[in-house]
Amino acid sequence: MEGLLQVKNLEVQFKTGKKRLKAVRDISFSVKRGETLCIVGESGSGKSITSLSILGLLPTNGEITKGSIRLSKQELVGLPEKEFQKIRGNEISMIFQEPMTALNPTFTIGFQLREPLMIHRKLSEETANKECISLLKRVGIPDPAKKLKQFPHELSGGMLQRVMIAIALACEPNLLLADEPTTALDVTIQAQILDLIDDLKKQMGMGVVFVTHDMGVVAEIADQVMVIYAGEIAEIGDVDSIFNNPQHPYTKGLLGAVPNVDEKEHELNIIPGSMPNLDDQISGCRFHPRCPYAMDVCRKKSPPAFRVSDGRQSKCWLQEVNVNESATTIT
Amino acid sequence: MISLVARRILQLILLLLGISFIVFMSMYIAPGDPATVIAGPTASASDLEAIRTNLGLDKPVLEQYFNYLGGILHGDFGYSYQTGQTVTDAILTRFPNTLKLAIASMIVATIIGIVAGIISAIKQNSWIDVTSTTIALFGVSIPNFWLGAMLILIFSVNLQWFPVGGLNESIFSISGIKQLILPAITLGTASAALIARMSRSSMLEIIQSDYIRTAKAKGVKQKSLIWVHALRNAMIPVITVIGINFGSLLGGTIITEQVFAINGIGRLMIDAIASRDFPIVQGTVLLVAAIFVTVNLIVDIIYALIDPRISYD
Repeated sequence: MEGLLQVKNLEVQFKTGKKRLKAVRDISFSVKRGETLCIVGESGSGKSITSLSILGLLPTNGEITKGSIRLSKQELVGLPEKEFQKIRGNEISMIFQEPMTALNPTFTIGFQLREPLMIHRKLSEETANKECISLLKRVGIPDPAKKLKQFPHELSGGMLQRVMIAIALACEPNLLLADEPTTALDVTIQAQILDLIDDLKKQMGMGVVFVTHDMGVVAEIADQVMVIYAGEIAEIGDVDSIFNNPQHPYTKGLLGAVPNVDEKEHELNIIPGSMPNLDDQISGCRFHPRCPYAMDVCRKKSPPAFRVSDGRQSKCWLQEVNVNESATTIT
Repeated sequence: MISLVARRILQLILLLLGISFIVFMSMYIAPGDPATVIAGPTASASDLEAIRTNLGLDKPVLEQYFNYLGGILHGDFGYSYQTGQTVTDAILTRFPNTLKLAIASMIVATIIGIVAGIISAIKQNSWIDVTSTTIALFGVSIPNFWLGAMLILIFSVNLQWFPVGGLNESIFSISGIKQLILPAITLGTASAALIARMSRSSMLEIIQSDYIRTAKAKGVKQKSLIWVHALRNAMIPVITVIGINFGSLLGGTIITEQVFAINGIGRLMIDAIASRDFPIVQGTVLLVAAIFVTVNLIVDIIYALIDPRISYD
């Protein structure tokens, strides 16, 4: 399988007043075709910002200050806006958290679904309409011809998220970015949407970057998992080893904070404290103030990314203690 | 939609009834006697009495009011005390001028206001934005009569580009358009400024919305992002402002018509008030009120056309 998306040493800064704040610090990862990478973290960890920066959709006060984002062979950082418009909705698509607000209330579903087809594939309105009907069928929307004439407020949240998926998949993108697409939906609808994304991914062989804070969702759809904390990668690796053998204390904390309904006595382990603000100065490891295993070195020096096994990294000094002999550090 | 229009027409009738009563009573309470104005200060008491009887002013006020209402039902709004012309005639000869002026300034205000507001919003904090918001602030603050006088002084007296007043030529002729330009600017500036401010803030809010980001993620070009996706949503509050403004614009014609010596409804009303010409005052006030309510009805209908979430059924 070839590499589809290559993100290297990405750094994103925000300008607020005279200050510049780093929201994403030195993040690297890659996604292959047919693979789902889940970006996991608390609110404010930089996971949405990472996904928005891939599509060049950062808010106006945000900018990519370092690093590279490559789609196949094409560099996306610094790409002129006109070139980027050809990629958005065509080679890379995105679905968002709130289907209720992500669609324009004053245009019909048909208008909004036709648009990518007419922009990128240059279809006429008539052919685009036919294509829209088959797209809506594909995402499981009943009575598609009627839905095309309806407005967003006439559909439920789950239906709207299906419409969003149809819009995103209209031009058969190579890469789908999904920014918490199920967070605003109730649990049964959530499962349907996850299945739908997974099925379509398999049919179309696209890569998926899925942003979520929900470990249950991760377990269901991820191939690779990237746990990020305060703008940095805490741990990255394949889903099985992350769940069965989490290395970073933050990953352990996140997994411990998932409720378990099977065991009545199960107590939730919460991670004490909260995510630092972007402008908080933290010496050493950014997680050490909340880390139950914090050592002296954690307070002084920021840990490098230690290689745990193939494709598996953890940015934690514990790795040095654990595997001092066998593992080599890669920075 | 039909039920909305029917409901509004019923409301309009009740409203006009109320307005007519208030205007009628306020004219009755106000100092000044039409008979004295007609006959002059030297008229004898018996002459005045004769005039009052003739005009029906000697009857009890409520009876006068109901007689007036009865006349309206037959399309008879009374006669001018001053000229003997019917109120309908007096209004119809002057109304076209006011309508020309009001519509011209509304068009100017709407186009300038919306375009300036939107450009301000997309170039937020640029020099264009700062200039436009500053001008808008002046526009809202400058009084009509001063602006009109200044425009006349600069463009009519000094530069001699436009006539100093009047509005008697056809608007389809160059001289007719020249006559209309300065009064339309005078009357429209405040509205343009308000519309610009509203468009700017509304647009700023909309371009940060989720669905604009979605449209961008689809590869929609910047231009259609603004002028297609954002515009329709941003216009919803702006249309309210335009509707309300049309009312104050009609009020504003009173001053503008004075300044530019335009023979319109505003001047007719002012002259009638000064000379206690009650039937004319009542007729013009009812007309302005009816227009105001009708414009607001049109605004409500436009709402439903641009925002599918609004339905009146």
